[in-house]
Amino acid sequence: MAQGQFKDGIAAGRLSQAQYSENFSDLHPPLDRHEAVVEADRCYFCYDAPCLQACPTSIDIPMFIRQIATGNPLGSAKTIFDQNILGGMCARVCPTETLCEEVCVREVAEGKPVQIGRLQRYATDVAMEAGRQFYERAASSGKTVAVVGAGPAGLACAHRLAVSGHAVTLYEAKPKPGGLNEYGIAAYKTVDEFAQSEVDYVTAVGGISIEYGMALGRDIALAELAAKHDAVFLGMGLAGVNALRAEGEDASGVENAVEFIAGLRQADDLATIPVGRRVVVIGGGMTAIDAAIQSKLLGAEEVTICYRRGKEHMNASEYEQDLAASNGVVIRHWQQPKRVVAVNGTTVGIELEYTRLVEGKLVGTGEVVTLAADQVFKAIGQTFDAAPLNGSGNAIALEKGRIKVDEEGRTSMTKVWAGGDCIFGGDDLTVSAVAQGRDAAMSIDRALMG
Amino acid sequence: MADIRNNFVGIKSPNPFWLASAPPTDKEYNVVRAFRAGWGGVVWKTLGEDPHVVNVNGPRYGAIWSGDRRLLGMNNIELITDRPLQTNLREIKRVKKEWPDRAMIVSLMVPCEEENWKSILKLVEETEADGIELNFGCPHGMSERGMGSAVGQVPEYIEMVVRWCKQNSRMPVITKLTPNITDIRKPARAARAGGTDAVSLINTINSITGVDLDSFAPEPTIDGKGSHGGYCGPAVKPIALNMVAEIARDTETAGLPISGIGGITTWRDAAEFLALGAGNVQVCTAAMTYGFKVVEEMIEGLKNWMDVKGHATLDDVIGRATPNISDWQYLNLNYVTKARINQDLCIQCGRCHIACEDTSHQAITAIVDGKRRFEVIEEECVGCNLCVNVCPVESCIDMVALEAGALDKRTGEKVDPTYANWTTHPNNPAARQAAE
Ligand SMILES: Cc1cc2nc3c(=O)[nH]c(=O)nc-3n(C[C@H](O)[C@H](O)[C@H](O)COP(=O)(O)OP(=O)(O)OC[C@H]3O[C@@H](n4cnc5c(N)ncnc54)[C@H](O)[C@@H]3O)c2cc1C
Ligand SMILES: Cc1cc2nc3c(=O)[nH]c(=O)nc-3n(C[C@H](O)[C@H](O)[C@H](O)COP(=O)(O)O)c2cc1C
Ligand code: SF4
Repeated sequence: MAQGQFKDGIAAGRLSQAQYSENFSDLHPPLDRHEAVVEADRCYFCYDAPCLQACPTSIDIPMFIRQIATGNPLGSAKTIFDQNILGGMCARVCPTETLCEEVCVREVAEGKPVQIGRLQRYATDVAMEAGRQFYERAASSGKTVAVVGAGPAGLACAHRLAVSGHAVTLYEAKPKPGGLNEYGIAAYKTVDEFAQSEVDYVTAVGGISIEYGMALGRDIALAELAAKHDAVFLGMGLAGVNALRAEGEDASGVENAVEFIAGLRQADDLATIPVGRRVVVIGGGMTAIDAAIQSKLLGAEEVTICYRRGKEHMNASEYEQDLAASNGVVIRHWQQPKRVVAVNGTTVGIELEYTRLVEGKLVGTGEVVTLAADQVFKAIGQTFDAAPLNGSGNAIALEKGRIKVDEEGRTSMTKVWAGGDCIFGGDDLTVSAVAQGRDAAMSIDRALMG
Repeated sequence: MADIRNNFVGIKSPNPFWLASAPPTDKEYNVVRAFRAGWGGVVWKTLGEDPHVVNVNGPRYGAIWSGDRRLLGMNNIELITDRPLQTNLREIKRVKKEWPDRAMIVSLMVPCEEENWKSILKLVEETEADGIELNFGCPHGMSERGMGSAVGQVPEYIEMVVRWCKQNSRMPVITKLTPNITDIRKPARAARAGGTDAVSLINTINSITGVDLDSFAPEPTIDGKGSHGGYCGPAVKPIALNMVAEIARDTETAGLPISGIGGITTWRDAAEFLALGAGNVQVCTAAMTYGFKVVEEMIEGLKNWMDVKGHATLDDVIGRATPNISDWQYLNLNYVTKARINQDLCIQCGRCHIACEDTSHQAITAIVDGKRRFEVIEEECVGCNLCVNVCPVESCIDMVALEAGALDKRTGEKVDPTYANWTTHPNNPAARQAAE
């Protein structure tokens, strides 16, 4: 039987250390000063720039790029942080190809947008490496705010509140801050413990204390928080995972993609992370792509993404799909999981049924195909777990399973705001979580100081 | 195939591209390489009297760049040749002998006494060089010693020195002019009065390329201090073109051969100088930036353009634009243009809008029917061309001339088919006086 990289079943240590570190190095290496200046020079400094409109946090992109071009990267970083204190992470993880860079006039003109994301990273790296803080806290307001969840939404909210002079306590269930920045984003997008450094940078403003291992609903109740603090912000993300609803789903070898990625992100040594020789990922979003690519990078021989609709319906951007393809991942469309094939409770394959659209409805055609697989990842979406909100007296209103908020981020419960993935109506992006956290902080500030 | 052989005041060269007097022409080694690369001629780096001058031993060049570090303009504080006179003369003679078909001009600069000029002219004649160029242009260092632009800024001195040279030499004399003067026609007229065979221009422009904001020293910096230097390269081309045109169209200097210099980097630049009246061109910075090979592009580009346009020889090109240079007062005020934006080419950057809105005539929309769209409002457009200049897309915005009889929506009047200029315009006080 094959050993080493091609060992059957789920196995750790398929590659050499050198291969692991090469595979998991920076996806887009940082621009050096000269490269940044040359790239910045491509920006036309558009009037009422489309990129600025496309950025969920409305960073003044033409201005920050001009500041790079004129040799003022610190000023550039401040322009970015003024709108988005997690501008460093967003520069690494934003699907710019569907946001700012998609509408860049140079994309329109020549199919080559200004590399806004990489320029943003250049400027924020300069400021963060210099440890340069741009904000001073306003005089203490005497108010305290509880923020639940130290992910992008919670951190952005906490920072803005702290700058406004309020004292913030962050309640975080996990032992580490950062949310999916720390546990979810693909490893090659955020190397060198950047998520942790960014949290340190954000909290260095002062006035933010983090209580780790404090889960809402388990260690503390919402009613308690609301009584103890002048306001509460909920930025809890999505704790649940959708089920496959396929026969044999509980066989060993069937796993949640997000848990696999979290394990990988937390590993001190990638050689300890087991991965199948033949991996099938079910789903069509960013999580599916990330799980597939990282399986491949860990040494899986065959990795296939199966998605039940067409290419054009995938949530993952075309760029992400291409990235997967260039890493050797095969993407199969119009196939939905029917049955996990297991021998003695261990996965050996997956049976898929072909699908098609009939009058706008997805239906199975009855034809099936079976793929050999020793590991199957479920990446078919996460769900909001509302249980921790229970016991809060008045139940918080939900909408399609997520927290319902108004345009300022207010929930149905007085004194309680929410933002990020846990609210209804968002787009499950880091940058949107930041925008919602920031805007809720401003709404809270108005309410407290009004 | 177009014939680009050049005859400039009787000096023949296989093409009109000469290297200007500067570091590229300072030594036999460089000049031989230049000839091998195809340059039609050289003006040898300016000779002076022994003991030869010395240069600074720190940086002698400063520059400005575009964002991608394309060299846009350069300046220098270099002096004339810093090698012994005899060494240069020996090399000049040897090179001319080996390359008889190329133009060999010797640039000269000695103190303003007839004897000094007489003696150096004799030495140069012995080299069999084709002609001399009088360096009245060097704006730094040498001018502090009463030479270079210190002479070039006083028309009487120019006339005097040119006359000495013509009287004491059989060689054609080209007088090189400094642009560091208010009216370029004055030194050109003086050179002609002295009997010069031609003028060449421009030499470099007084300049400081930048200031080091840590040391607060001008650049290039020598031990914490800086001196103004001579500016050259692409940035100076428009200034040089204008000065060439001024001399070409001046009745007192009309017909005086001109060797055009200043920022010539491509065949197109060269063709523009020729069209405005230059009989040939000289190049320095382009060679210093890219090496001698650039001349291949210049030669082939010029020939190609001439072929496409049906110009057989350089004489069919030289001075063709000169009659079209006019005083402002004679420009046709009944010529009306409007900007027109090609929506298919527009990439929606909005620069035309904000330029016109903030700094001109509020004649371009930003939003039409609730959508981002940039359209010219003809009622407001004065036809100034600013939008064309700031638009990043070539040919996206055109200036369209209104036909005679068409309605100019800005003035509400029909375009008058007749030519009318400022001299007769009712708002011109002088015109009114003349009429009275
Ligand atoms: C695998 C994967 C890859 C992704 N890749 C990208 C990408 O490349 N680009 C991009 O823009 N977006 C990406 N996303 C989406 C992005 O990560 C999220 O949109 C973003 O992190 C949402 O931020 P948040 O603050 O709302 O939630 P989270 O980041 O989920 O943070 C929520 C925080 O709340 C804590 N928490 C949860 N419940 C409780 C509780 N009861 N008590 C206390 N604390 C609690 C959690 O531990 C966590 O720290 C990805 C998502 C996944 C899953
Ligand atoms: C480093 C340097 C040294 C120069 N030295 C001389 C010189 O000795 N004599 C002279 O007549 N012009 C001298 N010039 C001026 C050039 O001959 C030329 O007139 C000027 O550079 C403009 O042309 P360009 O834009 O093609 O460089 C010098 C220019 C440079 C850059
Ligand atoms: S030509 Fe001048 S006035 Fe007319 S639209 Fe363009 S910028 Fe405005």
